[in-house]
Order: sequence, then structure tokens, then C-alpha cells
Amino acid sequence: MNVVVHRFLATGPLISRIGAALFGGYALAALSTVAVLASPMSKVQAVIAGQLASFLVYAGAVIWVFAVRSAPKAWTGLIVVALPLALAAWSVS
Amino acid sequence: MTTKSEQQSAGRGIRQSMSELHTWVGLLLGWVLYAMFLTGTVSYFKDELSQWARPELARLTERPDAAVVAQRIATAFDKVAPGTSQWSVRLPDDRNNSAYAFWRTASREPGQRGFAEGHFDPATGERVAARDTLGGDFFYRFHFQFHYMPVPWGRWLAGIAAMFMLVAIISGVITHKKIFVDFFTFRWGKGQRSWLDAHNMLSVFGLPFHAMITYTGLVTLMAMYMPWGGQVAIKSPAERQQLQAELSAFTQPGKPSGQKVPMASITEMVREAQQRWGHDNVGRVNVTHSGDAAARVTVTRGDSGRLSMSPQYMEFEGTTGRLLSARDEVGGAAETRGVLYALHLGRFGDGFTRWLYFLVSLAGTAMVGTGLVMWTVKRRQKLSDPARPHIGFRLVERLNIAGIAGLSIAMTAFLWGNRLLPTTLAGRANWEVDLFFIVWALALGHALLRPVRAAWVEQLGAASVLLFLLPVLNAATTQRPFWHSVAQGDWVFAGIDLMCWAFAALHLVLARRTARHHLAAPIKRRADRPGAAAIASGGAAE
Repeated sequence: MNVVVHRFLATGPLISRIGAALFGGYALAALSTVAVLASPMSKVQAVIAGQLASFLVYAGAVIWVFAVRSAPKAWTGLIVVALPLALAAWSVS
Repeated sequence: MTTKSEQQSAGRGIRQSMSELHTWVGLLLGWVLYAMFLTGTVSYFKDELSQWARPELARLTERPDAAVVAQRIATAFDKVAPGTSQWSVRLPDDRNNSAYAFWRTASREPGQRGFAEGHFDPATGERVAARDTLGGDFFYRFHFQFHYMPVPWGRWLAGIAAMFMLVAIISGVITHKKIFVDFFTFRWGKGQRSWLDAHNMLSVFGLPFHAMITYTGLVTLMAMYMPWGGQVAIKSPAERQQLQAELSAFTQPGKPSGQKVPMASITEMVREAQQRWGHDNVGRVNVTHSGDAAARVTVTRGDSGRLSMSPQYMEFEGTTGRLLSARDEVGGAAETRGVLYALHLGRFGDGFTRWLYFLVSLAGTAMVGTGLVMWTVKRRQKLSDPARPHIGFRLVERLNIAGIAGLSIAMTAFLWGNRLLPTTLAGRANWEVDLFFIVWALALGHALLRPVRAAWVEQLGAASVLLFLLPVLNAATTQRPFWHSVAQGDWVFAGIDLMCWAFAALHLVLARRTARHHLAAPIKRRADRPGAAAIASGGAAE
């Protein structure tokens, strides 16, 4: 029992980070492709610009998630960036 | 409340965590990436490989006039596919000796878009009978969508692998404090150090290229990977068409009028395009509803002479030849995407640029390959019982053999299949592809069964022999042996023969080095210096 708990405590943060990188990173990138629609660019150009930038957002998020000191901090960072993006995305949808 | 491992990661610093990220992201899809890199590398000569794969098609000594060829093909289509709603032809150029066309057929099953395709002789406009093969297109398509799986799955897998690569590149750079010093450092015959130095040199040498090629690879399929902005913003069919027009010159056929009217001269339309873009810079002619009052002819600009793949075309009324519209530019973001797309495909370049692309891309392949091998070399020293390594280690070791040396054999086998499979074989093109995978699977079986060093040496050796003998096979099975090609100045065929020999030599060198290197390795074991391995692996992060 104790061993299982220890295992979990030891690998939990890593799994959390992997989840944050894979899914959190993608969600953030996807959100940015919608948020960019709030820019003054024409719709069509904004769609394309959002797609172009999304992979850099995704890659940056993954690096962030593994660069910071703890898993909670990794998630917090993603959420802090996601909030203004969500606001922008909400304004256009 | 942080756990022990969390405290450790806090103390280790960013370079250590980036080093680990680099290691695992690189390993997990490393074999997929290696295959994508190598098949992508040879795809820079896709058109040349396709010419080689169809030796029946005569070599073009000079580039035919697009305006004349387009008219010939148009005339041929009156017989080949009368009443088709659309046909489209890629005109022959310096790298393609045939006109390749596809056209819509009446679809038999509902929901299925019916297309047919064929090669046409630019001199006569007749359909040519070449052996059924995918040629260079097999490697090209495998490079981003693999095989034996639905196309979307393959493209998603390629996208995930590319994303892993992008992360591996960024984390690899952060890991490297002394990136320039390391570039000029090479320690031969020092086991892990040599692998590390080779990996660093290959990576740093081509770093801008590797980063560019990975990112632009994602850009080529970005609408599929990131559809969300489009789903929110693009609602009406008109908007969708507007977006599509920013990305591609390919137009969907409209509604026919039902009124038969003879077509105007296609030659004249292409002439107009030639005046606009240059005589040798017409890429494609696309005709919808030929012979109908509503017929449209779109002439598309070729890829050379501009660093963008964004659509440029002229649209003509088919029955009068009147220019309806000319598209010369797209919006800023779309143009950026066009440039990135063009950078990935490298079609704008002349022969010299293409060779540069090929060589740096080959260095990228070697970067992935050395990275994979390094994973095992680095860990072998730390194994508690080197005679019986754990299952994960053995798996990586074996997959490396099949993924690297085995792929060379499989790709060469595909080319052998092209020369050996009977032309009458039903589904011949598929058999060539099946042969590629059968041989690759056999290589995996061999890698699992044989001792590691023997498996490496045997597979590299087999690849070398197969590559070396391919020009011999070509000489025996076609009218275009090496000496004939050289005498004729046919550098496509002669070049592929020479490249086979160059790659045969490379595999031979690798086989010999592997045979010798591993013999020496056990003597140099680091048992006398227990701390050395730890320092070395930690040193990788410096």
C-alpha cells in the first residue's frame, strides 16, 4: 500500500506534466487560433496567421511545462496565458 | 508539499530537465522521425526517381513548349475522357519527362469522388503505357502519411512526430551551453563521446534547416491539425471558397450550361500566361466542362523563379479564350504560408539548391539516427548486467537496427521490385509497396533474432550489396545501362546509378566501422572508472 502511494507520488507530477504538455499545450495552441480572430486582420488572413503561429505556441508551452520547477506551476503558467486568450476568443465567438 | 523527485528537478536546473525532455521526446517517435527524414530526403529527387521507375518513357532532351503540349493533351482528352467535368495536367518540365494528368470520372459509388490518372507523351499527346508504379511518389507520400492506414491517421501521426521533433530541437538547443565550441570538437574512436560529437555536429551544422524543415512540415498540413480558428470564423460556402482561394489554385468545377460550344485555342491561353510569367514557367492547365458554354480554363504558374507556393493563376473563358481574372497575390498571412510551404518542398531551386537540400536533409537523417544510437551507447555503460540488459534497452537496440539499417534495405528492395516485378502483374504498384514492407518486416525479424553487432553488420552489408548491384540490375533489365546513360548525357539515370554506388559505399563504411568498433568496445569498458560513465552522461547536458 505504502509502496503504491509512494509510486504515485513519485510519478504523479511527471504524468501531470506530460498531460499538461500534450493536451494543455494543444488546447492553448487551439485557443490561440481562435483568439487571433479578434485582431484587426481580415477573417481569412487571421485564420491562416493563427494556424501558422499555433505550432510555436504549442512548442513553447511544452518547453515551459518541462522547464519550470513543479507540475502545479506548469499548469498555472498555461492557465495564466489561456485567460486573456479565452477572453479574446470569447469576444469573437 | 513537493515530492522527492520534484525537489530533485528543482535542484537540477533547466538544462538537465531540457536534456531529459530531449532524450525522451527524441526516442519515443525516433524511428518514425528517422523514416520520415530519410524518405523525405530522397523525395527531393522524387521526380527523378519517378523517371527512373518508368524506364519505358523516353528522356526529354529539351523542355517542350507548354503551350503546344497543353493543346495536344486537350485534344487527347476529347477521346480519353469525353464529357469529364474536369481534367488537370501537370505539364512536362526539366524534371518531368511526361505530362501527368488526372480527371474526374462518373463516380460509381455515392460519396466517392471518382478520379482517374495517366501519363501522356508530350510529343504526341497520346497516353503512354509505362509500368504500373508509384515511383518516387511512394517515398514522398510515405514521408507524411505512411501506408496501410487511413490517410488522416497517417497525417496525424506525421504531425505528432513533427511536433515531437520541434520540441526535441528546441530542448536540444537549450541543453547545449557550448553549442559552438562543441561544433568544432570531434573526438574519434571514443565511444559515447564520438557519438555525442557526431550528433552535435550534424545537428548544429544543419540547425536552421532542421528547425525550418520541421516547422514548415507542420505548416503544410496545418489546416488539418489546427482547424479551430477556421471553424469559428468561416461559416458560409463563400467564405470557405475565399479561404481556399488563398491556399490553392485548384478550382472545383461549377455548373455546366448544357450547351455545346467548341473550345477556343488552349495554346493561345497558355501563350498569354507565358508572357506573364516567362516561357518556361507554366505549371498546370486545368479545364472544367470542356466543350460546354460554361467551360473554364485555369493556367497555373510553375514553382520555379519565386520563393512561394501561394496560388498564382489566370482564368480564361474556355469557349472564347477571354481572360476572366488573373490572380497574382494573396493576403499577407497566406503569402507567408506560401513561402513556408515552398521552403519545405524546395521546388523553387535549381539543381544546386536541390543538392544542398538533399545533403543537409541527409545530415538531419543522420542526426536522428545518431541520436537513437546514442541512447543505447550512453546506457550500455550503466547497465548493471551488460550481458543481460533489461527489456527496454534490448527493444531500443533492436528497433534501431531495423529502423535504420533495415529501412535502407527496404527502400532499396522497393527499387529492386520496380525492376523485377512482371509488368503484367495485377496491382503491380501495390506489390512494389508490399515488397518494401515485407522486406522491412524481415529486417525487423532478423534484428530480433541475431546478436546485436552481427545484425548491424549484416544489415548494413546487405544494404550495401543491394545498392551496389542495383545499377547492374538496371543494366540487365532496361535499355538504359549506366554507360549508355553517360554516353547520352542522361544524368537522371546516370545520377541515380552513381548515387546507388555512393550509398553502397557509405553503408559499407558503416558496416566495417561497426564490425571493428564493437570488437574493441568491451576492452575499453569503464569498469575501472566507475564514476566516468556518470560524468559522461551528465556531461551530455553541458
